[in-house]
Amino acid sequence: MKALFNVIKSFTLFELLKGMSLTGKRFTTKKFTVQYPEEKTPQSPRFRGLHALRRYPSGEERCIGCKLCEAVCPALAITIDSEEREDGSRRTTRYDIDLFKCVYCGFCEEACPVDAIVETRVFEYAFFERGQQVMTKDMLLEVGAKYEDQIASDRQVDAPYR
Amino acid sequence: MLIQTTVFYFFSGILVLSALAMITVRNPVHAALFLVLAFFTSGALWLLLEAEFLGIALILVYVGAVMVLFLFVVMMLDINIAKMRAGYAKYLPVGLLVGAVMAAEMIIILSKSTFEHVQPNAKAADYSNTQELGKLLYTEYVYPFEIAGVILLVAIIAAITLTMRKRAASKQQSPHNQISVKRKDRVRLADLDRE
Amino acid sequence: MFDWVQNIISVIPPIVLMTVYMFVFVLVLFGCVAYVTLAERKVIGFMQVRIGPNRVGPKGFGQPIADALKLMFKEMILPNDADRFLFRIAPLLSMIPALAAWAVIPFADGWNFADINAGLLYLLAMTSLGVYGVVVAGWASNSKYALLGALRCAAQIVSYEIAMGFALVGVLMASGSLNLGDIINEQQGGILHWYWLPLFPLFITYLIAGVAETNRAPFDVVEGESEIVAGFHVEYSGMGFALFFLAEYANIILISALTALLFLGGWLSPFPESWFTVPYLGALLGHGPHMFIAKTCLFIFCFLWFRATFPRYRYDQIMRLGWKVLLPVTLIWIFVEGVLLYFQVSPWFD
Repeated sequence: MKALFNVIKSFTLFELLKGMSLTGKRFTTKKFTVQYPEEKTPQSPRFRGLHALRRYPSGEERCIGCKLCEAVCPALAITIDSEEREDGSRRTTRYDIDLFKCVYCGFCEEACPVDAIVETRVFEYAFFERGQQVMTKDMLLEVGAKYEDQIASDRQVDAPYR
Repeated sequence: MLIQTTVFYFFSGILVLSALAMITVRNPVHAALFLVLAFFTSGALWLLLEAEFLGIALILVYVGAVMVLFLFVVMMLDINIAKMRAGYAKYLPVGLLVGAVMAAEMIIILSKSTFEHVQPNAKAADYSNTQELGKLLYTEYVYPFEIAGVILLVAIIAAITLTMRKRAASKQQSPHNQISVKRKDRVRLADLDRE
Repeated sequence: MFDWVQNIISVIPPIVLMTVYMFVFVLVLFGCVAYVTLAERKVIGFMQVRIGPNRVGPKGFGQPIADALKLMFKEMILPNDADRFLFRIAPLLSMIPALAAWAVIPFADGWNFADINAGLLYLLAMTSLGVYGVVVAGWASNSKYALLGALRCAAQIVSYEIAMGFALVGVLMASGSLNLGDIINEQQGGILHWYWLPLFPLFITYLIAGVAETNRAPFDVVEGESEIVAGFHVEYSGMGFALFFLAEYANIILISALTALLFLGGWLSPFPESWFTVPYLGALLGHGPHMFIAKTCLFIFCFLWFRATFPRYRYDQIMRLGWKVLLPVTLIWIFVEGVLLYFQVSPWFD
């Protein structure tokens, strides 16, 4: 009896029609695709994008060459050389991040005792030649200078949870 | 008339050439495709004779179905041509004999007045060849037609019984059982206590 | 107003005129095919709550042109040890039957290229020829995926050809003619007189067999991108690939048009005749090629809808459906139809 019912049900194409009614319904629903270059989705203040090196308001660079970020980096993307500066403080002479190796985990940012290396909200960048993916210290400082307001306000928002 | 003759010779030329190519080319897939071309052009020749039902049926049945299955089989074969040519000399006399007999038969039939070469009158444009054929088949020749049908049916059943063997070692899926399974036959929602 | 046009047309010899008509028709058909590809992407996109291509031109309407240009400028790669001649000719073998079949299709009463008596047989023959393009392409590519696709295609098309043929036999019995114009004229008298109602199982069978015949989802094991990459056309690129693509969509349009002709009364209008005299709207509601085109579009939409909805059948399930389900259904319904014909059940069989 039940088998007969199943046969009849399959000959009425019931399940196929059910599936088609579902897709048919979706055909008319409102689409919420984001038209990317014109529209953008909201970003979190914790967004992890392109890296930047920050400076103090006085203009002194924050990084003290402790190499904690280099040690914590799971992808070994960071390379640091440091030397003593004329005034006796330890500073980096080289601070390279290979963006092809970087997995944007944000550990460097968390490890940094002086909030020098940070990840900004910038994510729309591309490289057109080999070698361009290695961000040098000057480039990182430049990114930091450009987005300092945004970086500072994002740190401010996130401060209570750190 | 001139156009008709030209078209006839055009298609006949293709037919003869493709038939020749079919028995001479080495690659079996090429041979099968030449046979397809031969069937197609002979269908076109029949159309020229106003036998549109036969012409299209030839294309439909032989080109559309039989030759597809031929190709299907030929494409899967791994034919060793050298091995096939090994027995060539041995079978040549038999082949020549059969060929000679067939040629002689054709000559005898065509030279005698078995078929009177009377050109039938050209029919009007709305004359339906198909309808006439159907009428003849189901009135005058209904018994031979039905007997032919029964013979074909017997052949089909015989072919199926010959190939239908249940081998103990072979494992098969049963689509019927597979599709008759419903969700509730397989999935059970268990209510577990939280730890 | 159009006298001068008619004067010009009457001077041109018919064979030249016919050639011009055909040329224009093929161009228009290619245009339609190109836009069916866009329609497919749009419809499937909408059903998956996406938008689909919308960047090239307004609302994405330039997309087919961009695709065509891209494919034209790509290199046609010839695989190692491929059969050169067959490899090149295979896309044409699949394209030509799809175009040739349009010769007998009437868009309105008498609007066709060739009004032949065996029109239905001719169509069946042409649709069955399309398989050669696929089989030859698969074999000539010298690739195992392509060969597997070709083998699947051969078996599948031969199987569904039979169910399709029997569905056509049903139409043939009901109309008593192989001429497509006569078949439609037999369906006159409103929506309930069309053959979809008395031949409902055959109608559904024909539609399913048509989907299988064109190797479309859910019967697209021939391409089966998840198992055999792209089946018979893995090795094709550039224009060869484009031709296969065009042939697939030309076949969709063809099968949709045929379903509309045979079961939904072609150019006949579904509205009662009293509406035809309504000013302005009357011409739109009446019989005519626009009705045929609308019905064809309906079925094309169904093809896309199926693709958006159903997962692919497994190969053995396809064979089972063709031989063990569709074939018996058509045979039984032909018998039922014979009984109906014998008792001359109105309004269809009187």
